Amino acid sequence: MSLRITVATAARVLRQIRRDHRTLALIVVVPPVLLTLFKYVFYGQEETFNRVGPPMVGLFPFISMFLVTSIAMLRERTTGTLERLMSLPLGKLDLLLGYGIAFAALAVVQATVTALVAFGLLGLDSQGPAWLIVLLAVANALLGMALGLLLSAFAQTEFQAVQFMPAFVLPQILLCGLLIDRAQMARALEVLSNVLPLTYAYDALARATADDLGRRLVVDAAVVGGAIVLALLLGATTLRRRTA
Amino acid sequence: MPHPADPPRVIATPSIGIRDLRVRRGGRLVLPGVSVEIDPGIVTGLLGPSGSGKTTLMRAIVGVQIVESGEVTVLGAPGGSPENRRRVGYVTQAPSVYGDLTVRENLHYFSRVLGVPTDRIEEAIAVVDLGGHEGQVVRTLSGGERSRVSLASALLGKPDVLVLDEPTVGLDPVLRRDLWSTFHALADEGVTLLVSSHVMDEAERCDELILMRDGSIVATGSPGELRSRTGQDDLEDAFLALAEAA
Repeated sequence: MSLRITVATAARVLRQIRRDHRTLALIVVVPPVLLTLFKYVFYGQEETFNRVGPPMVGLFPFISMFLVTSIAMLRERTTGTLERLMSLPLGKLDLLLGYGIAFAALAVVQATVTALVAFGLLGLDSQGPAWLIVLLAVANALLGMALGLLLSAFAQTEFQAVQFMPAFVLPQILLCGLLIDRAQMARALEVLSNVLPLTYAYDALARATADDLGRRLVVDAAVVGGAIVLALLLGATTLRRRTA
Repeated sequence: MPHPADPPRVIATPSIGIRDLRVRRGGRLVLPGVSVEIDPGIVTGLLGPSGSGKTTLMRAIVGVQIVESGEVTVLGAPGGSPENRRRVGYVTQAPSVYGDLTVRENLHYFSRVLGVPTDRIEEAIAVVDLGGHEGQVVRTLSGGERSRVSLASALLGKPDVLVLDEPTVGLDPVLRRDLWSTFHALADEGVTLLVSSHVMDEAERCDELILMRDGSIVATGSPGELRSRTGQDDLEDAFLALAEAA
Protein backbone atom coordinates (compact mmCIF):
# COMPACT_ATOMS: atom_id res chain seq x y z
CA MET A 1 0.00 0.00 0.00
CA SER A 2 1.58 3.23 -1.16
CA LEU A 3 0.09 6.71 -1.00
CA ARG A 4 2.22 7.80 -3.97
CA ILE A 5 0.85 5.05 -6.21
CA THR A 6 -2.74 5.49 -4.99
CA VAL A 7 -2.69 9.22 -5.74
CA ALA A 8 -0.97 8.67 -9.10
CA THR A 9 -3.62 6.09 -10.01
CA ALA A 10 -6.48 8.42 -9.06
CA ALA A 11 -4.92 11.22 -11.12
CA ARG A 12 -4.43 8.87 -14.07
CA VAL A 13 -8.07 7.67 -13.98
CA LEU A 14 -9.36 11.26 -13.78
CA ARG A 15 -7.10 12.26 -16.66
CA GLN A 16 -8.54 9.44 -18.78
CA ILE A 17 -12.10 10.52 -18.02
CA ARG A 18 -11.30 14.18 -18.59
CA ARG A 19 -10.04 13.38 -22.05
CA ASP A 20 -13.38 11.72 -22.85
CA HIS A 21 -15.48 14.89 -23.07
CA ARG A 22 -18.65 13.15 -24.12
CA THR A 23 -18.67 10.73 -21.19
CA LEU A 24 -17.91 13.58 -18.83
CA ALA A 25 -20.78 15.63 -20.26
CA LEU A 26 -23.16 12.67 -20.03
CA ILE A 27 -22.24 12.05 -16.41
CA VAL A 28 -22.88 15.64 -15.42
CA VAL A 29 -25.77 16.57 -17.72
CA VAL A 30 -27.97 13.45 -17.83
CA PRO A 31 -29.07 13.39 -14.16
CA PRO A 32 -30.31 17.02 -14.12
CA VAL A 33 -32.09 16.47 -17.45
CA LEU A 34 -33.77 13.31 -16.16
CA LEU A 35 -34.87 15.09 -13.00
CA THR A 36 -36.33 17.88 -15.11
CA LEU A 37 -38.18 15.26 -17.13
CA PHE A 38 -39.35 13.70 -13.90
CA LYS A 39 -40.70 16.98 -12.58
CA TYR A 40 -42.92 17.44 -15.63
CA VAL A 41 -43.99 13.80 -15.72
CA PHE A 42 -45.45 14.42 -12.27
CA TYR A 43 -46.82 17.78 -13.41
CA GLY A 44 -48.88 19.34 -10.64
CA GLN A 45 -48.01 16.57 -8.17
CA GLU A 46 -45.44 18.47 -6.16
CA GLU A 47 -45.71 16.06 -3.25
CA THR A 48 -44.63 13.04 -5.32
CA PHE A 49 -41.77 14.99 -6.87
CA ASN A 50 -40.59 16.14 -3.45
CA ARG A 51 -40.74 12.59 -2.07
CA VAL A 52 -38.98 10.79 -4.94
CA GLY A 53 -36.78 13.62 -6.27
CA PRO A 54 -34.14 13.85 -3.51
CA PRO A 55 -33.48 10.08 -3.40
CA MET A 56 -33.07 10.16 -7.17
CA VAL A 57 -30.40 12.86 -6.81
CA GLY A 58 -28.61 10.42 -4.53
CA LEU A 59 -29.08 7.33 -6.71
CA PHE A 60 -27.83 8.65 -10.08
CA PRO A 61 -24.16 8.48 -9.06
CA PHE A 62 -24.62 4.83 -8.13
CA ILE A 63 -25.76 3.98 -11.65
CA SER A 64 -23.20 6.17 -13.49
CA MET A 65 -20.21 5.02 -11.49
CA PHE A 66 -21.22 1.38 -11.69
CA LEU A 67 -21.24 1.58 -15.48
CA VAL A 68 -18.12 3.69 -15.91
CA THR A 69 -16.05 1.64 -13.47
CA SER A 70 -17.03 -1.74 -14.82
CA ILE A 71 -16.09 -0.70 -18.36
CA ALA A 72 -12.89 1.05 -17.23
CA MET A 73 -11.71 -2.01 -15.28
CA LEU A 74 -12.70 -4.35 -18.09
CA ARG A 75 -10.53 -2.24 -20.42
CA GLU A 76 -7.61 -2.54 -18.01
CA ARG A 77 -8.04 -6.29 -18.21
CA THR A 78 -8.47 -6.59 -21.97
CA THR A 79 -5.76 -4.12 -23.07
CA GLY A 80 -3.11 -5.72 -20.89
CA THR A 81 -2.53 -2.67 -18.70
CA LEU A 82 -3.78 -4.60 -15.66
CA GLU A 83 -1.24 -7.34 -16.41
CA ARG A 84 1.48 -4.70 -16.66
CA LEU A 85 0.41 -3.12 -13.37
CA MET A 86 0.34 -6.53 -11.68
CA SER A 87 3.95 -7.09 -12.77
CA LEU A 88 4.97 -3.76 -11.21
CA PRO A 89 5.41 -2.81 -7.54
CA LEU A 90 1.75 -1.79 -7.27
CA GLY A 91 -0.49 -3.11 -4.51
CA LYS A 92 -4.01 -4.24 -5.38
CA LEU A 93 -5.30 -1.81 -2.77
CA ASP A 94 -3.41 1.06 -4.47
CA LEU A 95 -5.34 0.37 -7.64
CA LEU A 96 -8.73 -0.03 -5.95
CA LEU A 97 -8.34 3.04 -3.74
CA GLY A 98 -7.02 5.04 -6.70
CA TYR A 99 -10.20 4.21 -8.57
CA GLY A 100 -12.24 4.99 -5.46
CA ILE A 101 -10.74 8.45 -5.03
CA ALA A 102 -11.16 9.30 -8.72
CA PHE A 103 -14.80 8.26 -8.88
CA ALA A 104 -15.65 9.85 -5.54
CA ALA A 105 -14.28 13.13 -6.91
CA LEU A 106 -16.35 12.71 -10.04
CA ALA A 107 -19.42 11.89 -7.94
CA VAL A 108 -18.98 15.07 -5.90
CA VAL A 109 -19.19 17.07 -9.13
CA GLN A 110 -22.13 15.07 -10.47
CA ALA A 111 -24.14 15.14 -7.25
CA THR A 112 -23.43 18.82 -6.63
CA VAL A 113 -24.54 19.87 -10.11
CA THR A 114 -27.61 17.63 -9.90
CA ALA A 115 -28.49 18.95 -6.44
CA LEU A 116 -28.04 22.59 -7.52
CA VAL A 117 -30.32 22.10 -10.51
CA ALA A 118 -32.89 20.08 -8.53
CA PHE A 119 -33.09 22.19 -5.39
CA GLY A 120 -32.47 25.47 -7.20
CA LEU A 121 -33.92 25.58 -10.69
CA LEU A 122 -36.54 22.85 -10.33
CA GLY A 123 -37.70 24.02 -6.90
CA LEU A 124 -37.33 20.55 -5.39
CA ASP A 125 -38.13 20.73 -1.70
CA SER A 126 -36.51 18.42 0.83
CA GLN A 127 -37.33 18.63 4.52
CA GLY A 128 -33.86 17.40 5.38
CA PRO A 129 -30.53 19.07 4.58
CA ALA A 130 -29.46 19.03 0.92
CA TRP A 131 -25.79 18.57 1.84
CA LEU A 132 -26.68 15.24 3.42
CA ILE A 133 -28.27 14.14 0.13
CA VAL A 134 -25.05 15.07 -1.69
CA LEU A 135 -22.93 13.24 0.89
CA LEU A 136 -25.07 10.11 0.58
CA ALA A 137 -24.84 10.46 -3.21
CA VAL A 138 -21.05 10.26 -2.97
CA ALA A 139 -21.31 7.16 -0.78
CA ASN A 140 -23.63 5.62 -3.36
CA ALA A 141 -21.12 6.46 -6.10
CA LEU A 142 -18.51 4.52 -4.17
CA LEU A 143 -20.94 1.62 -3.78
CA GLY A 144 -21.58 1.63 -7.52
CA MET A 145 -17.84 1.81 -8.20
CA ALA A 146 -17.03 -1.07 -5.85
CA LEU A 147 -19.76 -3.29 -7.33
CA GLY A 148 -18.68 -2.32 -10.86
CA LEU A 149 -15.08 -3.29 -10.11
CA LEU A 150 -16.21 -6.61 -8.71
CA LEU A 151 -18.62 -7.48 -11.51
CA SER A 152 -16.19 -6.45 -14.26
CA ALA A 153 -14.25 -9.58 -13.36
CA PHE A 154 -17.19 -11.65 -14.61
CA ALA A 155 -17.48 -9.93 -17.98
CA GLN A 156 -15.32 -10.87 -20.93
CA THR A 157 -16.61 -8.20 -23.29
CA GLU A 158 -18.02 -4.70 -23.02
CA PHE A 159 -21.37 -6.06 -24.25
CA GLN A 160 -21.53 -8.31 -21.21
CA ALA A 161 -20.42 -5.56 -18.85
CA VAL A 162 -23.18 -3.25 -20.07
CA GLN A 163 -25.77 -6.01 -19.56
CA PHE A 164 -24.82 -6.18 -15.88
CA MET A 165 -26.63 -2.86 -15.54
CA PRO A 166 -30.12 -4.32 -16.19
CA ALA A 167 -29.10 -7.59 -14.52
CA PHE A 168 -27.74 -6.24 -11.23
CA VAL A 169 -28.69 -2.58 -10.96
CA LEU A 170 -32.29 -2.49 -12.20
CA PRO A 171 -33.57 -5.19 -9.80
CA GLN A 172 -32.02 -3.30 -6.90
CA ILE A 173 -33.74 -0.10 -8.01
CA LEU A 174 -37.07 -1.94 -8.38
CA LEU A 175 -36.79 -3.47 -4.93
CA CYS A 176 -35.17 -0.67 -2.93
CA GLY A 177 -38.45 1.00 -1.98
CA LEU A 178 -38.23 3.92 -4.40
CA LEU A 179 -41.18 2.79 -6.53
CA ILE A 180 -43.28 1.26 -3.82
CA ASP A 181 -43.01 0.77 -0.09
CA ARG A 182 -41.14 -2.47 0.53
CA ALA A 183 -43.75 -3.66 3.04
CA GLN A 184 -46.31 -3.74 0.21
CA MET A 185 -44.21 -6.04 -1.97
CA ALA A 186 -44.59 -9.82 -2.09
CA ARG A 187 -43.03 -11.20 1.10
CA ALA A 188 -40.25 -13.04 -0.77
CA LEU A 189 -39.21 -9.84 -2.53
CA GLU A 190 -39.23 -7.92 0.72
CA VAL A 191 -36.90 -10.51 2.24
CA LEU A 192 -34.70 -10.37 -0.85
CA SER A 193 -34.56 -6.58 -0.67
CA ASN A 194 -33.20 -6.87 2.86
CA VAL A 195 -29.93 -8.24 1.55
CA LEU A 196 -29.49 -5.79 -1.33
CA PRO A 197 -27.20 -2.85 -0.55
CA LEU A 198 -29.21 -0.32 -2.56
CA THR A 199 -32.16 -0.87 -0.19
CA TYR A 200 -30.13 0.71 2.60
CA ALA A 201 -28.81 3.43 0.32
CA TYR A 202 -32.38 4.37 -0.61
CA ASP A 203 -33.61 4.13 2.97
CA ALA A 204 -30.89 6.55 4.10
CA LEU A 205 -31.83 8.96 1.31
CA ALA A 206 -35.55 8.73 2.13
CA ARG A 207 -34.85 9.43 5.80
CA ALA A 208 -32.58 12.35 4.94
CA THR A 209 -35.35 13.71 2.69
CA ALA A 210 -37.91 13.42 5.49
CA ASP A 211 -35.48 15.00 7.96
CA ASP A 212 -35.59 11.76 9.98
CA LEU A 213 -31.97 12.02 11.10
CA GLY A 214 -32.00 9.30 13.72
CA ARG A 215 -30.26 6.07 14.57
CA ARG A 216 -31.78 4.23 11.58
CA LEU A 217 -30.09 6.62 9.18
CA VAL A 218 -26.74 5.89 10.82
CA VAL A 219 -27.40 2.15 10.56
CA ASP A 220 -28.32 2.52 6.88
CA ALA A 221 -25.16 4.51 6.17
CA ALA A 222 -23.07 1.94 8.04
CA VAL A 223 -24.58 -0.90 5.96
CA VAL A 224 -23.74 1.00 2.77
CA GLY A 225 -20.20 1.58 4.07
CA GLY A 226 -19.86 -2.10 4.93
CA ALA A 227 -21.11 -3.10 1.48
CA ILE A 228 -18.50 -0.83 -0.14
CA VAL A 229 -15.70 -2.40 1.90
CA LEU A 230 -16.96 -5.94 1.26
CA ALA A 231 -17.28 -5.36 -2.50
CA LEU A 232 -13.79 -3.84 -2.63
CA LEU A 233 -12.30 -6.78 -0.73
CA LEU A 234 -14.07 -9.24 -3.03
CA GLY A 235 -12.93 -7.12 -5.98
CA ALA A 236 -9.33 -7.34 -4.73
CA THR A 237 -9.54 -11.14 -4.90
CA THR A 238 -10.45 -10.88 -8.60
CA LEU A 239 -7.24 -8.93 -9.33
CA ARG A 240 -4.80 -11.75 -9.91
CA ARG A 241 -1.08 -11.33 -10.28
CA ARG A 242 -0.98 -14.62 -12.15
CA THR A 243 -3.49 -15.65 -14.76
CA ALA A 244 -3.94 -18.71 -16.95
CA MET B 1 25.16 -5.31 -37.80
CA PRO B 2 26.04 -5.57 -34.12
CA HIS B 3 26.58 -9.28 -33.68
CA PRO B 4 29.91 -9.87 -32.08
CA ALA B 5 31.34 -13.23 -33.10
CA ASP B 6 32.63 -13.70 -29.60
CA PRO B 7 30.16 -12.13 -27.18
CA PRO B 8 31.56 -10.70 -23.98
CA ARG B 9 30.87 -13.46 -21.48
CA VAL B 10 30.30 -12.19 -18.01
CA ILE B 11 31.34 -14.87 -15.59
CA ALA B 12 28.35 -14.89 -13.30
CA THR B 13 25.58 -17.14 -12.19
CA PRO B 14 22.68 -17.16 -14.64
CA SER B 15 20.22 -14.40 -13.84
CA ILE B 16 17.27 -16.52 -14.96
CA GLY B 17 17.03 -20.21 -14.15
CA ILE B 18 14.14 -22.41 -15.19
CA ARG B 19 13.77 -26.02 -14.11
CA ASP B 20 11.16 -28.53 -15.30
CA LEU B 21 8.61 -25.81 -15.99
CA ARG B 22 5.20 -27.20 -16.82
CA VAL B 23 2.42 -24.84 -17.87
CA ARG B 24 -1.09 -25.72 -18.95
CA ARG B 25 -3.24 -23.12 -20.70
CA GLY B 26 -6.85 -23.84 -21.51
CA GLY B 27 -6.38 -27.56 -20.79
CA ARG B 28 -3.47 -27.81 -23.22
CA LEU B 29 0.03 -28.57 -21.98
CA VAL B 30 1.86 -25.60 -23.49
CA LEU B 31 5.19 -26.16 -21.74
CA PRO B 32 5.65 -29.86 -20.91
CA GLY B 33 8.79 -29.42 -18.79
CA VAL B 34 11.24 -26.76 -19.89
CA SER B 35 14.66 -26.23 -18.35
CA VAL B 36 16.98 -23.42 -19.42
CA GLU B 37 19.37 -20.83 -18.04
CA ILE B 38 19.82 -17.27 -19.22
CA ASP B 39 22.99 -15.28 -18.56
CA PRO B 40 23.30 -11.61 -17.64
CA GLY B 41 25.12 -9.08 -19.77
CA ILE B 42 24.08 -10.53 -23.12
CA VAL B 43 21.07 -10.45 -25.42
CA THR B 44 19.35 -13.83 -25.51
CA GLY B 45 16.96 -14.43 -28.38
CA LEU B 46 13.94 -16.64 -27.87
CA LEU B 47 13.16 -17.88 -31.36
CA GLY B 48 10.42 -20.10 -32.61
CA PRO B 49 7.23 -20.13 -34.63
CA SER B 50 4.02 -18.63 -33.37
CA GLY B 51 2.43 -20.96 -30.81
CA SER B 52 5.71 -22.56 -29.74
CA GLY B 53 5.35 -21.33 -26.14
CA LYS B 54 7.62 -18.27 -26.21
CA THR B 55 5.09 -15.91 -24.63
CA THR B 56 4.11 -18.47 -22.00
CA LEU B 57 7.76 -18.94 -21.03
CA MET B 58 8.21 -15.16 -20.77
CA ARG B 59 5.04 -14.78 -18.71
CA ALA B 60 6.34 -17.42 -16.30
CA ILE B 61 9.65 -15.57 -15.94
CA VAL B 62 7.87 -12.31 -15.18
CA GLY B 63 5.51 -14.10 -12.80
CA VAL B 64 2.13 -13.40 -14.37
CA GLN B 65 1.59 -16.97 -15.57
CA ILE B 66 -0.06 -19.67 -13.46
CA VAL B 67 2.36 -22.58 -13.60
CA GLU B 68 1.57 -26.21 -12.89
CA SER B 69 4.98 -27.18 -11.58
CA GLY B 70 8.63 -26.40 -11.88
CA GLU B 71 10.93 -23.66 -10.71
CA VAL B 72 11.54 -20.18 -12.05
CA THR B 73 14.34 -18.21 -10.40
CA VAL B 74 15.06 -14.65 -11.45
CA LEU B 75 17.94 -12.74 -9.83
CA GLY B 76 18.00 -15.27 -7.03
CA ALA B 77 14.33 -14.93 -6.16
CA PRO B 78 11.24 -16.78 -7.42
CA GLY B 79 9.83 -15.30 -10.63
CA GLY B 80 7.21 -12.65 -9.88
CA SER B 81 8.27 -12.17 -6.25
CA PRO B 82 7.64 -8.66 -4.87
CA GLU B 83 11.33 -7.66 -4.99
CA ASN B 84 11.50 -8.68 -8.64
CA ARG B 85 8.58 -6.48 -9.68
CA ARG B 86 10.95 -3.53 -9.49
CA ARG B 87 13.92 -5.29 -11.10
CA VAL B 88 12.22 -7.02 -14.02
CA GLY B 89 10.79 -5.10 -16.98
CA TYR B 90 8.25 -6.79 -19.23
CA VAL B 91 6.92 -5.67 -22.58
CA THR B 92 3.97 -7.66 -23.85
CA GLN B 93 3.47 -8.33 -27.54
CA ALA B 94 0.35 -6.14 -27.73
CA PRO B 95 1.27 -2.70 -26.41
CA SER B 96 -0.11 -2.43 -22.87
CA VAL B 97 -0.44 1.30 -22.43
CA TYR B 98 -3.42 3.61 -21.98
CA GLY B 99 -4.77 4.57 -25.40
CA ASP B 100 -6.64 7.58 -24.05
CA LEU B 101 -3.57 9.18 -22.46
CA THR B 102 -0.69 10.96 -24.18
CA VAL B 103 2.77 9.41 -24.45
CA ARG B 104 4.06 11.57 -21.62
CA GLU B 105 1.01 10.94 -19.40
CA ASN B 106 1.48 7.19 -19.79
CA LEU B 107 5.16 7.37 -18.92
CA HIS B 108 4.47 9.77 -16.06
CA TYR B 109 1.99 7.35 -14.50
CA PHE B 110 4.32 4.35 -14.80
CA SER B 111 7.22 6.40 -13.40
CA ARG B 112 5.09 7.24 -10.36
CA VAL B 113 4.16 3.58 -9.90
CA LEU B 114 7.85 2.66 -10.07
CA GLY B 115 8.83 5.64 -7.91
CA VAL B 116 11.59 6.80 -10.27
CA PRO B 117 12.52 10.43 -11.01
CA THR B 118 10.57 12.06 -13.83
CA ASP B 119 13.70 12.93 -15.86
CA ARG B 120 13.74 9.23 -16.81
CA ILE B 121 10.68 9.99 -18.94
CA GLU B 122 12.65 12.14 -21.42
CA GLU B 123 15.44 9.56 -21.43
CA ALA B 124 13.06 6.73 -22.26
CA ILE B 125 11.35 8.80 -24.97
CA ALA B 126 14.74 9.47 -26.55
CA VAL B 127 15.76 5.80 -26.47
CA VAL B 128 12.65 4.70 -28.38
CA ASP B 129 12.87 7.75 -30.65
CA LEU B 130 9.45 9.18 -29.86
CA GLY B 131 10.65 12.76 -29.51
CA GLY B 132 8.02 15.15 -30.87
CA HIS B 133 5.18 12.73 -30.03
CA GLU B 134 5.20 13.34 -26.25
CA GLY B 135 1.91 15.22 -26.26
CA GLN B 136 0.12 12.88 -28.66
CA VAL B 137 -2.70 10.66 -27.44
CA VAL B 138 -1.47 7.06 -27.76
CA ARG B 139 -4.61 5.89 -29.56
CA THR B 140 -3.73 8.16 -32.50
CA LEU B 141 -0.22 6.70 -32.90
CA SER B 142 0.70 3.98 -35.38
CA GLY B 143 1.04 0.38 -34.16
CA GLY B 144 4.83 0.58 -34.16
CA GLU B 145 4.82 3.85 -32.24
CA ARG B 146 2.44 2.40 -29.68
CA SER B 147 4.69 -0.58 -29.07
CA ARG B 148 7.59 1.85 -28.54
CA VAL B 149 5.56 3.65 -25.84
CA SER B 150 5.11 0.25 -24.22
CA LEU B 151 8.86 -0.41 -24.46
CA ALA B 152 9.68 3.05 -23.06
CA SER B 153 7.41 2.31 -20.07
CA ALA B 154 9.45 -0.80 -19.31
CA LEU B 155 12.76 1.08 -19.58
CA LEU B 156 11.73 3.73 -17.00
CA GLY B 157 12.67 1.64 -13.99
CA LYS B 158 16.13 0.71 -15.38
CA PRO B 159 15.39 -2.96 -14.71
CA ASP B 160 18.15 -5.55 -14.31
CA VAL B 161 16.17 -8.00 -16.42
CA LEU B 162 14.24 -7.00 -19.53
CA VAL B 163 11.79 -9.44 -21.06
CA LEU B 164 10.62 -8.24 -24.46
CA ASP B 165 7.97 -10.11 -26.41
CA GLU B 166 8.43 -9.41 -30.13
CA PRO B 167 9.45 -5.77 -29.57
CA THR B 168 10.47 -5.00 -33.14
CA VAL B 169 7.46 -6.30 -35.10
CA GLY B 170 6.31 -3.82 -37.72
CA LEU B 171 9.09 -1.34 -37.08
CA ASP B 172 11.01 0.62 -39.65
CA PRO B 173 14.37 -1.11 -40.47
CA VAL B 174 16.42 1.88 -39.33
CA LEU B 175 14.62 2.03 -36.01
CA ARG B 176 14.86 -1.74 -35.66
CA ARG B 177 18.64 -1.53 -36.05
CA ASP B 178 18.79 1.32 -33.52
CA LEU B 179 16.72 -0.61 -31.00
CA TRP B 180 18.96 -3.65 -31.33
CA SER B 181 22.00 -1.49 -30.62
CA THR B 182 20.14 -0.10 -27.61
CA PHE B 183 19.54 -3.67 -26.42
CA HIS B 184 23.25 -4.42 -26.77
CA ALA B 185 24.21 -1.20 -25.00
CA LEU B 186 21.94 -2.21 -22.11
CA ALA B 187 23.47 -5.69 -22.08
CA ASP B 188 26.93 -4.14 -21.91
CA GLU B 189 25.79 -2.39 -18.73
CA GLY B 190 25.00 -5.81 -17.28
CA VAL B 191 21.28 -6.02 -18.03
CA THR B 192 19.85 -9.44 -18.87
CA LEU B 193 17.77 -9.24 -22.03
CA LEU B 194 15.43 -11.91 -23.29
CA VAL B 195 13.95 -10.95 -26.65
CA SER B 196 11.48 -13.12 -28.51
CA SER B 197 11.01 -13.15 -32.23
CA HIS B 198 9.49 -15.37 -34.87
CA VAL B 199 11.69 -14.02 -37.65
CA MET B 200 15.05 -15.68 -38.10
CA ASP B 201 16.89 -12.61 -39.39
CA GLU B 202 16.67 -11.21 -35.87
CA ALA B 203 18.45 -14.27 -34.52
CA GLU B 204 21.67 -12.94 -36.04
CA ARG B 205 21.49 -9.93 -33.76
CA CYS B 206 21.45 -12.01 -30.57
CA ASP B 207 24.46 -13.19 -28.57
CA GLU B 208 22.76 -16.38 -27.49
CA LEU B 209 19.74 -18.22 -28.88
CA ILE B 210 17.04 -20.44 -27.48
CA LEU B 211 15.14 -22.21 -30.24
CA MET B 212 11.67 -23.39 -29.31
CA ARG B 213 9.16 -25.59 -31.05
CA ASP B 214 5.92 -27.09 -29.69
CA GLY B 215 6.71 -26.01 -26.13
CA SER B 216 10.13 -27.65 -26.07
CA ILE B 217 13.59 -26.20 -26.43
CA VAL B 218 15.12 -27.56 -29.61
CA ALA B 219 18.56 -26.05 -29.19
CA THR B 220 20.54 -23.36 -27.40
CA GLY B 221 23.81 -21.68 -28.32
CA SER B 222 25.26 -18.68 -30.07
CA PRO B 223 24.37 -18.12 -33.75
CA GLY B 224 27.90 -19.19 -34.66
CA GLU B 225 27.68 -22.40 -32.63
CA LEU B 226 24.32 -23.34 -34.11
CA ARG B 227 25.64 -22.79 -37.62
CA SER B 228 28.74 -24.89 -37.11
CA ARG B 229 26.81 -27.62 -35.26
CA THR B 230 24.43 -28.03 -38.19
CA GLY B 231 26.85 -27.16 -40.98
CA GLN B 232 24.34 -24.62 -42.30
CA ASP B 233 25.26 -21.05 -43.17
CA ASP B 234 21.74 -19.79 -42.87
CA LEU B 235 20.17 -19.76 -39.39
CA GLU B 236 16.77 -20.58 -40.85
CA ASP B 237 18.26 -23.78 -42.34
CA ALA B 238 20.07 -24.45 -39.08
CA PHE B 239 16.76 -24.18 -37.23
CA LEU B 240 15.14 -26.59 -39.70
CA ALA B 241 17.95 -29.09 -39.28
CA LEU B 242 17.74 -28.86 -35.48
CA ALA B 243 13.94 -29.11 -35.45
CA GLU B 244 13.99 -32.19 -37.67
CA ALA B 245 16.70 -33.86 -35.61
CA ALA B 246 14.81 -33.20 -32.36
